[in-house]
Amino acid sequence: MQIKLKNSYIQIATLLLALAPVLGQAAIQEFKLSNGMKVIVQEDHRAPVVVSQVWYRAGSLDEVNGKTGVAHVLEHMMFKGTKSVAAGQFSRLVAAAGGKENAFTGTDYTCYFQQLEKSHLPLSMKLEADRMQNLVITDAEFAKEIKVVMEERRWRTEDKPQSKVNEQFQATTFNAHPYGRPVVGYMNDLENMTAADAREWYKNWYAPNNATLVVVGDVKTQDVLKLAKHYFGPLKSKVLPARKPQTEPAQIGERRVVVKAPGKLPYLVMGFHAPTLLPKATTPEQEWEPYALDVLSGVLSGNDSARLNQKLVRENSIALDVGAGYDSTSRGRQALFELVGTPAEGKTVAELETALIAQIDLIKSGGVTQTELDRVKAAVIAADVYQRDSMFYQGMQIGQLETMGYSWRLLEEYPERLKAITSEQVQEVAKKYLVKDNMTIATLDPQPIDPNAKPQGKPHSR
Amino acid sequence: MKKIQFLIILVSSLVALCANAAVKIQHWQTSSGSQVYFVENHDLPILDISVNFPAGSSRDTKQTSGVAGVTKYLMTLGADGMNEEAITNQFADIGAILGGELDLDRAAFKLRTLTSEQAKALTVFNKILHKPDFPQTILEREKTRIVAGLQEAATQPESISNKAFMKAMYGEHPYSLDESGEIETINAMKLEDLVAFYQKYYTAKSAVIALIGDMTETQARTIAEDVSKGLPQGVAISKMAPVSLPQAPNIQNIAHPASQAHILLGYPGIKRGDADYFPLYVGNYILGGGGFVSRLTEEVREKRGLVYSVYSYFMPMGELGPFQIGLQTKKEQAGDALKVVNATIAKFMQNGVTEKELKAAKSNIIGGFPMRIDSNNKILDYLSIIGFYQLPMTYLDDFNKEVAKVSTAQIKDAFNRRVKPANFVAVTVGAD
Repeated sequence: MQIKLKNSYIQIATLLLALAPVLGQAAIQEFKLSNGMKVIVQEDHRAPVVVSQVWYRAGSLDEVNGKTGVAHVLEHMMFKGTKSVAAGQFSRLVAAAGGKENAFTGTDYTCYFQQLEKSHLPLSMKLEADRMQNLVITDAEFAKEIKVVMEERRWRTEDKPQSKVNEQFQATTFNAHPYGRPVVGYMNDLENMTAADAREWYKNWYAPNNATLVVVGDVKTQDVLKLAKHYFGPLKSKVLPARKPQTEPAQIGERRVVVKAPGKLPYLVMGFHAPTLLPKATTPEQEWEPYALDVLSGVLSGNDSARLNQKLVRENSIALDVGAGYDSTSRGRQALFELVGTPAEGKTVAELETALIAQIDLIKSGGVTQTELDRVKAAVIAADVYQRDSMFYQGMQIGQLETMGYSWRLLEEYPERLKAITSEQVQEVAKKYLVKDNMTIATLDPQPIDPNAKPQGKPHSR
Repeated sequence: MKKIQFLIILVSSLVALCANAAVKIQHWQTSSGSQVYFVENHDLPILDISVNFPAGSSRDTKQTSGVAGVTKYLMTLGADGMNEEAITNQFADIGAILGGELDLDRAAFKLRTLTSEQAKALTVFNKILHKPDFPQTILEREKTRIVAGLQEAATQPESISNKAFMKAMYGEHPYSLDESGEIETINAMKLEDLVAFYQKYYTAKSAVIALIGDMTETQARTIAEDVSKGLPQGVAISKMAPVSLPQAPNIQNIAHPASQAHILLGYPGIKRGDADYFPLYVGNYILGGGGFVSRLTEEVREKRGLVYSVYSYFMPMGELGPFQIGLQTKKEQAGDALKVVNATIAKFMQNGVTEKELKAAKSNIIGGFPMRIDSNNKILDYLSIIGFYQLPMTYLDDFNKEVAKVSTAQIKDAFNRRVKPANFVAVTVGAD
């Protein structure tokens, strides 16, 4: 690693960043406060801004039947005031500092974030620390907000045919594992949810020892640590509820589900249970299989000339749209390898299904080419650099991995591990996991819209 | 190891020094007449380019609706003898990403590449811009796909409401045309239509080239020159017709079995560079643009729990772009929600905003400025907009000053002159 210091700073910067996979990641630093809260900082001095994210290890994965959606409802309630900050004030204080803020809930986590000019980082920490311990959930605020969440469910799921199919697909694929339940919750559970349910969730999971603070931006790591100690340090850790291991029993035969909804185009989702990366792999297969599945997904649909689109959309016009997906990381240690598509005019979902399976069979019998492997790798190498253009995305990656129980260090290894995958390994995972007994298929059967449906009642007043 | 650590510290402090400087935009014209806007930035070994043409959907007519979109799309599916597979593969081989946008005014082709691969990436990119082949078989295939998409869109409440809204607001003006076209016009589309559209609108003189990234000005000049010189010469492109303002309300109720009603209200709003831009922008932040802290969100969502999302925005365009208010709510309560929205607008028009609200709005907009330009991607988009709409070169430098000047009286005055709730377009899909 020879770097001449007498070059102009621009050349030095370029050279160092060309080595980014090593040096850029090395800039990430990790700490643990005495109350168990993790703090991870990535300095990025490209613009005078900062992204601050608080990640809780609490998501729909931790919910129980009858209370689905409570993780997400609590996320909404987190904006409804604490002992010292009135309802709605959180957002007003961040806005007054020029900040943007929001939150999101997934199966594996709930994350709250602010994006601010760098000098306002203390405000963000002060407010987050406050609502980590002092949230007030009143019955009145809950009663209004649960209606908002029901509107959100209608908007996200009820009126979107493909979302409905996906919900049914998950429910059919996971019979025992909580990934079978929707993050937003079932409507019945939302209708019957109480403020007490939200309070219980908050009491159980919102504690420094169940949270990770991720800060990316034009900051000094030691300053961030000092602030974190000041604001989050005094919070008391809690004894967290025991998390029982939850596994999905092995699937022993294909499953099918059909969803009817208003629309014109059919839709098909095909999924196979697949392994995830493990923080501590104990067999060689556990080490490499997830990377091979990632490569398989890239070969099938990493770009518009990848196999599925090239063959099924462009060459054979069997599908209007088609894609494959696999996510190698999850806290629930369950993954799916999915294929989705919309049949072309005059083609049925059955024909599309046959065509998709034929593409999988081709890989099982013939493997993939070196050119295809190189292309997947080129995409990963480039993406590793491109993502540095977004501080928010860098924070997302770190926070997700940490909250799922991996380490951000996985980001360092990832490109090299992926590069090591061979055609034979791709074939092997296809043969092992993409088999009929392990397959679930959900299809949309589009229904004509009732032409007699008319708006009832009076025309709008203004 | 020690040596490496030392270098990291040294470089990050140097980078920090230049990051605090304002965005330095360089502007020139290529020998073929394209306008270039360039920002040199060596922080990351990447190059972003966006080439913009006045070739948006408003260049279509009722009879040719969809040609603008299909032309832009087909350019990427065959060029200089390379077929679609070869084009995609050449980009994929080097991890380059081809992107683009189409709106009412503008068609943009974007490319992001590692600088180490820029020569290969730009070669293919230029073929797409200079020598599109428009293969007949691919046109036929894509027509089928587009028609299927249009048929599906015609069943979904969100797309039904958007389409009806733009039609009602713009009537005979080309801003009313759907970017995706209509089933009949797509079916009738011929190859010659695309070739003629390309020759007419993708000209060197009309192109605006935005560039940012790890290159010197000399390198940027060469890249821009290469992009520009291969484009059609063409003749001067006509100006877009002005938008006429609605003289009466236009209220539409469209039946749909969805569980939520989709409601859109609006009126032709503002142009890019409009004299009223800043009072309307700041005022709208208070009305419905400021996320969780806007009046509409406060009244409709926070106080009453009627919606998940309610918003308003001005979309400034070459001519008067839409001012739009939107919400979705359980169909049984559509009437109640609409009443609250209308009352909120009426009060806003009548009383304007308070000094306290204005202070909070300015504080957010001015304080949030650094986040507008914190990535190459965002700066690239500003370069395109500044160039395409010929905004002042000092647009970004002046932004906060202009916001700071806005007064409560200006907001009230601008809204009352420019926004006429009595003549709003109001589209509701799926109300009870």
